[in-house]
Amino acid sequence: MTRPTDPPPPDAVTCAGLVHTFGETRAVDGLDLSVRPGEVFGLLGPNGAGKTTAIRCLTTLLPVRTGTVSVFGHDTTGERMAVRRLLGYVPQQLSADSALTGRENVALFARVFDVPRRERGERVTQALTAVGLADAAERLAGTYSGGMVRRLELAQALVSAPRLLILDEPTIGLDPIARTGVWEHINAVRAATGMTVLVTTHYMDEADQYCDRVGLMHRGRVRALGTPAELRRGLADRRGTDTLPTLEDVFRDVAGSGLDSGGGFRDVRSTRRTARRVG
Amino acid sequence: MSEAPAAPPAVSADPARTAALLLTPPTPRPGWRLLPARVAALCAVELQKLRHDRTELYTRAVQPALWLLIFGQTFTRIHAIPTGGIPYLDYMAPGIIAQSAMFIAIFYGIQIIWERDAGILNKLLVTPTPRSALITGKAFAAGLKSLVQAVVVIVIAALLGVGLTWNPLKLLGVALAVVLASAFFSCLSMTIAGIVLSRDRLMGFGQAITMPLFFGSNALYPVSVMPGWLQAVSKVNPLSYQVDALRGLLLGTPSHLGADFGVLALAAALGITAASSLLGRLAR
Repeated sequence: MTRPTDPPPPDAVTCAGLVHTFGETRAVDGLDLSVRPGEVFGLLGPNGAGKTTAIRCLTTLLPVRTGTVSVFGHDTTGERMAVRRLLGYVPQQLSADSALTGRENVALFARVFDVPRRERGERVTQALTAVGLADAAERLAGTYSGGMVRRLELAQALVSAPRLLILDEPTIGLDPIARTGVWEHINAVRAATGMTVLVTTHYMDEADQYCDRVGLMHRGRVRALGTPAELRRGLADRRGTDTLPTLEDVFRDVAGSGLDSGGGFRDVRSTRRTARRVG
Repeated sequence: MSEAPAAPPAVSADPARTAALLLTPPTPRPGWRLLPARVAALCAVELQKLRHDRTELYTRAVQPALWLLIFGQTFTRIHAIPTGGIPYLDYMAPGIIAQSAMFIAIFYGIQIIWERDAGILNKLLVTPTPRSALITGKAFAAGLKSLVQAVVVIVIAALLGVGLTWNPLKLLGVALAVVLASAFFSCLSMTIAGIVLSRDRLMGFGQAITMPLFFGSNALYPVSVMPGWLQAVSKVNPLSYQVDALRGLLLGTPSHLGADFGVLALAAALGITAASSLLGRLAR
């Protein structure tokens, strides 16, 4: 029971004035963001909007030189190990090791998160079961379909019971059925564990359907923030129309012109590489 | 790619029973136990991969077998190289064991670049694993892979009649020398990977340094017959210290085991430090 004098619990993620540059390019340009505990938060934007760079700062992969980033109150610069113990991370690429079985892939992450030997087997089984891969656990990951690999990566992230699950474009390149399958498992896991989920995606329809709140990112900053319904209603009100616009309309409205200019060669190449591996 | 229909999400069915452990974060290991735990985890991965696919083990055995069969047997007849009274095939066998282990380790950086491209490296870097522990784990995993290869070459040498020791303590020393040297060479490779950042460039560097390392060592001939400048190269070449240790342990020839193991351990430590400091470049 929370008493009135208790300090409010820290946000799952707090970014304040985050700037990250690559040479002359300001990939993230003054990002302010709060993700509340327990919500599914979608960070949306086109290639080159700065989503992945922001995620990499948050996951301690990139140093934070300007601004501050914290995860459940732990600073990502000063308390790296504490932050990493709270995270489950699924990068944009298909990152399961194709030369290992599903079980071995998950067991590796159980080991590097210090799961003791006596409970390792059971915990790995529970993670694989949670994503519907218990029957395929002994097969090499190289024989999995794209959707199965994504679910395997989800199991790898879940095995350490993270408080914040970060998914970078989890459904990129998947067919609609596999996309739905991945999202169903994300939602089921969230419902069972109460963990916070931060997801980046290009797909506005997915964000509309599955995210509690979204931040629309463009040129390194969040340009609009709210629930999908709030953002759509807000645009309808501004336009004075009864027909609800889509989230994509909202995005076009806040980004204005210049939507086609984002996305460097590396972004597109990385996206295509992932899509090709997914099939 | 389409996939088989997914099983219904099991967590929602009975969360308390099926996912109880997934609600409890594991207790962090104390600091001093972290490094051996990470090394063991990454070595286990290497063994699992070898168990699933042994092709590389067999194909990589061809070259050392040819060195021993053709070069070794021919030069044994020529008697051109002073070996201190032992057959040349015996003399060169430890050199070929060291060479085949080095060839595996020196291209280990390619694997880390592949892991970078596949997102595996980033995912490991977001675990509670300090960069130095990750590199140490990779270095010893490379050492283990090289050791398995070395065992294959030792068996080939024994089949060809090389008079090797079967003293378990000495064989343990051989294993240690192979692991330490391979840890160094894999770190050299991962250091170059951290500088050049691409597989193609690393392949070029790997090709460029393996032969000078091999011919600039005592693997095929004693240091005393080398010209002065090559003797200087051999003096700073960890492969020479590895071969000296292997020769002393396997054949019982005069060697400098204390200095050999000291240099190999120091080289491995320096390699781990250098590769760890450059790992961040691969993560960007």
